[in-house]
Amino acid sequence: MNPDSTDMNSITGGDNSTGASALKVLRSVRVSNRGAEVDGELVSGADVTGLYREFIGDYPKFFKMDALCKLGFVAAELLLVNIPADRLEDAAIVLFNRNGSLVTDRNYQKTIGDTDYFPSPALFVYTLANIVTGEIAIRHKIYGESSFYVADSYDRDEVLERAAECYLTSTPSMIITGWVDWNDSGDYLAEFQLITKLY
Amino acid sequence: MIVKVSDNIITPLGLTTGDNLEAILEGRSELRLHEGAFGLPEPFCGSLLDRDAVEEAFREEISLHNADKSRTGSSVPDEELTFMERLAILSASKAIREGGIDPTRDDVLFILSTTKGNVDLLAENPDDDRAYLAGSAQKIAEWFGNPNPPTVVSNACISGVCAQIAAVRALLGGRCRTAVVIGCDVLSKFIISGFQSFKALSPEPCKPYDKNRLGLNLGEGAATLILRSFQDAELSDASSHWHYISSSIHNDANHISGPSRTGEGSYRVLRDILEDLSPEELSFVNAHGTATAYNDEMESIALHRAGLDNVPVNGLKGFYGHTLGAAGVIETILSMAAADKGIILPTRGFCETGTSYALNLSSDTRKSDRKAFIKILSGFGGSNAGIAYRKGGAS
Repeated sequence: MNPDSTDMNSITGGDNSTGASALKVLRSVRVSNRGAEVDGELVSGADVTGLYREFIGDYPKFFKMDALCKLGFVAAELLLVNIPADRLEDAAIVLFNRNGSLVTDRNYQKTIGDTDYFPSPALFVYTLANIVTGEIAIRHKIYGESSFYVADSYDRDEVLERAAECYLTSTPSMIITGWVDWNDSGDYLAEFQLITKLY
Repeated sequence: MIVKVSDNIITPLGLTTGDNLEAILEGRSELRLHEGAFGLPEPFCGSLLDRDAVEEAFREEISLHNADKSRTGSSVPDEELTFMERLAILSASKAIREGGIDPTRDDVLFILSTTKGNVDLLAENPDDDRAYLAGSAQKIAEWFGNPNPPTVVSNACISGVCAQIAAVRALLGGRCRTAVVIGCDVLSKFIISGFQSFKALSPEPCKPYDKNRLGLNLGEGAATLILRSFQDAELSDASSHWHYISSSIHNDANHISGPSRTGEGSYRVLRDILEDLSPEELSFVNAHGTATAYNDEMESIALHRAGLDNVPVNGLKGFYGHTLGAAGVIETILSMAAADKGIILPTRGFCETGTSYALNLSSDTRKSDRKAFIKILSGFGGSNAGIAYRKGGAS
């Protein structure tokens, strides 16, 4: 999974001259209830924890994360295999979803009832959707931008265009972007792309 | 050039930017101890909106707005709006009227900054659809008859600055001509219990950067900042407007619920911004100043590393607490309003230096004729953001 040997799809982000230039997708990853795909190829049929055990296994903090973070963490791991650390330091992480942190919000709500009152910081911290960007940044030592947006529905082109807008005000070495969502019925989808500017 | 058109702030200190500024200059604060509020077993010191006063102001605003005929075709009945949505609309409506903006135009984009939206509704019904943040933003934009899908920034405590950066990018990219940036968060048992579980709350009004600081206070509020892109030639008097200079977002890559001990992310934010303006131009840096031990210490390190020890710094949470997703918008607007008056707002609660590096802080109002500032924020997830504005040309 060397990014330089991957089939590179060129796409165009933005539609005008103000800086949204052509982008290069270095790698794409899709993690869903069906398993994990890298550049469109199924690499495992395991669930998120199964993927962690199969491809990572050495990061016990994984087990403290909420479902959304576990999903984003595993997807980022598959996306960033073999990317040199010095390329990642100034990378940006720009993620989107629909549910925000609602699954964990509902779990936390159960801990603050009038009779059953036991709020815990370990759970409360995950009631923010952007924590997943922090978990990825910590794991890969990424000091660039971390941003989280909530949208009503997933539109892949829209996600790429918004991510490409980073170049209008900053100079990330590459951008880890995509959709990462987990809903109450246990359906999940992370679709991440690693992009750079073509020129 | 990206220019500020108009603004509004709603906190317990007042329903306009002017009222808030006046209250601050009078040294007023609405931070007080609340016992039994929201059904919380422990008391907390915070700044809470008077719900009835906001509802009344909302009703008045609707009639003004309707009289203006600037609101057409709204498909959202007012009774379907939650308190948080009414608060956001009230703030946005005041700024939209003041700015003479037609919100129904398709070159106007709404951007909402909120950390928890309507999360309070989960207490009654865990499946309440109104807890979806995008749904709230959609209702707010639709109330104004705006045709575009709104942008929702949910980046914890740095959301208010990130929303301004999202606006700047949409304007630079030509995706809109006018951006209505709304920051809004209301408090609930959900939010307060969480901060209490972190032992992050001060039992008394907070003391940013002070030796005896005990933690933060939470506050409720909403604010709206309307930004617009102009070709330089279109502005007859560019020097009379606040305009965007620079911005940056960086992660600490260190911890999800505590700031970096080296101020790494915040330092990188300042370093980026200082490429576009010099410390000599700065009237002040308006910092996050939550008054937790870790945040204020981290900011002192970041400001020191960036060479800003001598530049005046202030933190405003001693007046209305930490207003979460609204904080970055409220504090940016107050910074502009203060610089317009030729002053640097006081850091209420600060008395004696309590950070490794002494910052240039004061609990008194100071004078300055400089017309540029940096606003910085940091938050959970290791996130840090900053934005700089200037009025007039570079000095």
